[in-house]
Amino acid sequence: MNREIIKFLLLVVVVLVAPLSVSEGYLLNVLVFVGIHTMLALALNLLLGYAGQISLGHAGFFGLGAYISGVLTANHGIDPWLAMAIAATTVTLMAFLVGFPILKLKGHYLAMATLGLGIIIYIVFNEAVDQTGGPSGLSGIPNLSIAGITFDSDIKNYYLIWTATLICMGLALNLVHSRIGRALRAIHDSEVAARVMGVNARLLKVQIFALSAGISAVAGSLYAHTMTFIAPASFGFNFSVELVTMVIIGGLASIYGSLLGAALLTVLPEILRTFQDFDIVVYGLLLIIMTMYMPGGLVQGIPALLSSIWGKLKRSPAAHA
Amino acid sequence: MKRFLQTTTIALLLLVWASICGASTGTIKIGALFSVSGPPSFLGEPERNTAKMVVDEINARGGIKGRKLELVVYDTQGDATKAVQAANRLIKEDKVVAIIGPSTTGETMAVIPVAEKERVPLISCAAGSKITDPVKKWVFKTAQNDGLAVAKIYEYLNRKKISRIAILTVSDGFGSSGREQLKANAARYGIQIVVDDTYGPKDTDMTAQLTKIRGSQAQAIICWGTNPGPAVIAKNVKQLGIKLPLFMSHGVSSKKFIELAGDAADGIILPSGRVIVSDVLPAKDKQKKSLIAFVKDYQKHYRAEGDHFGGHAWDAVMLLKGAIERGGDSPAAIRDQLERTVNFAGIGGIFTYSAADHAGLSKDAFVLVEVKNKDWALVK
Amino acid sequence: MELSDQIAQYLVSGLSTGAIYALIGIGFAIIYNTTEIINFAQGELVMLGGMFTLFFLNVCKLPLPLAIILAVAAATAAGILFERLTIRPLKSPTPLSLIIITIGGSILIRGIAMLVWGKDTHALPSFSGSEPLMIGSATILPQNLWIFGLTAIAIIGNKLFFQYSITGKAMRACAANRRAAGLVGIDVRRMVMFSFAISATLGSLAGIIVAPLTMTSYDVGIMLGLKGFCAAIIGGLSGGVGTVLGGLLLGILESLGAGLVSSGYKDAIAFIILLLILVIRPQGLFGRAQTERV
Repeated sequence: MNREIIKFLLLVVVVLVAPLSVSEGYLLNVLVFVGIHTMLALALNLLLGYAGQISLGHAGFFGLGAYISGVLTANHGIDPWLAMAIAATTVTLMAFLVGFPILKLKGHYLAMATLGLGIIIYIVFNEAVDQTGGPSGLSGIPNLSIAGITFDSDIKNYYLIWTATLICMGLALNLVHSRIGRALRAIHDSEVAARVMGVNARLLKVQIFALSAGISAVAGSLYAHTMTFIAPASFGFNFSVELVTMVIIGGLASIYGSLLGAALLTVLPEILRTFQDFDIVVYGLLLIIMTMYMPGGLVQGIPALLSSIWGKLKRSPAAHA
Repeated sequence: MKRFLQTTTIALLLLVWASICGASTGTIKIGALFSVSGPPSFLGEPERNTAKMVVDEINARGGIKGRKLELVVYDTQGDATKAVQAANRLIKEDKVVAIIGPSTTGETMAVIPVAEKERVPLISCAAGSKITDPVKKWVFKTAQNDGLAVAKIYEYLNRKKISRIAILTVSDGFGSSGREQLKANAARYGIQIVVDDTYGPKDTDMTAQLTKIRGSQAQAIICWGTNPGPAVIAKNVKQLGIKLPLFMSHGVSSKKFIELAGDAADGIILPSGRVIVSDVLPAKDKQKKSLIAFVKDYQKHYRAEGDHFGGHAWDAVMLLKGAIERGGDSPAAIRDQLERTVNFAGIGGIFTYSAADHAGLSKDAFVLVEVKNKDWALVK
Repeated sequence: MELSDQIAQYLVSGLSTGAIYALIGIGFAIIYNTTEIINFAQGELVMLGGMFTLFFLNVCKLPLPLAIILAVAAATAAGILFERLTIRPLKSPTPLSLIIITIGGSILIRGIAMLVWGKDTHALPSFSGSEPLMIGSATILPQNLWIFGLTAIAIIGNKLFFQYSITGKAMRACAANRRAAGLVGIDVRRMVMFSFAISATLGSLAGIIVAPLTMTSYDVGIMLGLKGFCAAIIGGLSGGVGTVLGGLLLGILESLGAGLVSSGYKDAIAFIILLLILVIRPQGLFGRAQTERV
């Protein structure tokens, strides 16, 4: 437990000082998105990695958070913080209700149901033009502000987003090391066995689903108030897939893995931009190769890679000499 | 290991040297955001091609006052998030003096707060009227407002005494903006929309919507979309034996549409920039010179027909060139000079910007064309 | 215009779109049944069918029938190659890693197609004329008849193959129990490859026969793939009649939804019904309930 706390505190320090070493304003902007994506990957990982339930519709919950916040503040002049609270509550409740029937399904059926749910939500963003502005998007969303400080610059947003991200990570760490975390892992290994041992598997799955959707909605609200503009294209099926990819590439059932996966998939497109038209080919290839050869994700893959390199380095001086 | 360190150091030194040299030759860096891939790639690709072509050409002729232009293009994939990230990168890392694009209204609206905050002029290639209405200090646009295209069709309907119409628009940014304008302007022209239907950008069959229209009181159909949807609709209209006149938007004003729709394209009328009829324009037309130059160049470079989407980028680069020639290359000076652009005959029309108007075009930017014998003909 | 005439047209239109969804859906089901993989790259094989035909037709200047045969062959080869390079080398496949790999594969294939053939949309000529035919008060294009005919032939051929050929029987054995099939001497890996080959053949065929109506481009596969997937799920992932009915039902629902309810929400209607089916009858509308294996 102590090691866990030290690890987490180390991360907090890194997050605090990171902007100091980043002189380029643009990198700071990328780090803001890394934060938002980390929250989302984390939320999905609770469901996917710990409870073993797939969702291909999480971009929908993210979008709902963003749109509820956006519509309430831009069209109805409600305070951003209140809007964020409303978004989080509504989405959590909705996921809780929808979760009961949907989480009865397994494997590919669950994948299909969540995918369908995501697409339905996406269609509503597009079609409810009067409120959402339709496909051309919703502008005029205000920044969040607290005690006279308005979060309107990259550096302010960085600290805002990462405070939220760290809180989520802390909560998630707590959760997975608690009794609930053990019960979740039991469900993951064998739902029937878990039920036999007295875990209310069904309720627990639905609760995690709701929690996961709720965190995604908060990330969505934060995104909306940071960007001050939202459009449906950011919340489609592709983004759901990207989120699943973040979790898997980072490492299933690993809180820090979510951070790694989110960071990699946010920074990667920035690097791939130099490939111009080739970027989508390179992206597809990387997905395949990483899943094939690093099934444990980066959290397991990087140490393994380092130790093998280390092993080679230790041997090589002798060979050269 | 030592070797590795040496190589790295040399490489780094070279990099530093190169960047210093880059600065000292005094190139002017221009940024561009186009959706080269993703659903709106039909906009982004010709825009990117054209922008590159024009910049190369300006450089080949010695640049602007002896200084070369450097174009940095990022692909936004039609996604507002990516557009904002790329805009930040252009401004903060590449340190560009102005930005051309993005391609779509949604992405432009997302990027506007960044451009305004960082004080970098933005010349959007998207059509949505809300981009420059209300006027934003740092934001200009080259694409004609959708409202102008709608007005052109409605005037024609008035002349033909048609008052009941059905509209069928695609459910993406382009279609929803068109739908908004069609509905907003109808009353002014005494036109009644009796059927208001949409279709998805990837839909493969629109007979259901058209069957509904066939059963209505509509006297004409207006379809607002970009390839391939309208071509499918043209074919479906023919399949269902609907005899109503069919109007399309400027979203399909390229030869590609005629190729896709085949025989079904015959008789379709649509508003378009002058670029597709550049060869048949009267010699006194002010835009003719620019149009012919653009069409010829595009044909030479890409062995394809230059369309008016590419034209938006052509106009943007040329407007920037004019502004830099007049007032230097600081973002503020470029902005001020852009606002003073008067009677610039470009591809999209004749631009006159002012402090109260950052769109710069009038209804004359469009002409009505009709498909006749697999080619475009001007509607008189 | 009578409402009943309109509804007749909705039904005819729905059936012809539905036939395509069925053909794509069967491709999903065949792979799923032999391997328990949902191949998210199935839609890209549909795209490859259309694009390869265009390539052979316009670039190699071959006659249409030959171009079609070569295109199906090329797409099938692509399907086999995909299986060999990505699925087979996997040491410990999990449903999740398979989903990601096939999604990665679909992105990769789409990207390559975009680089090779560009982003333009292309039209394919109709197989036989484009004069509409009247069926009662509804109209239909000759191409629609091709779609119905070829879909029926493909499905019957498929059925015969699985019912009577040795390979087909072996593949069904794999579907029933992979380990047992391996124990009785069936080369399971070979059967997996076959399933990819067959579904690539069916998928590309679907892509070709639909292209004259809907045009084709590097990115048509995404939506068609999703719809085919829906059809398969509604049909309970059966390789036969269930999925066909699922596809037809989906097509009709879409068409009726667009005509009678709301064209903007028609896809939402289809997906809501899909969700209801999943929740109420997860074995599909036409499948039998299976006991859950622990």
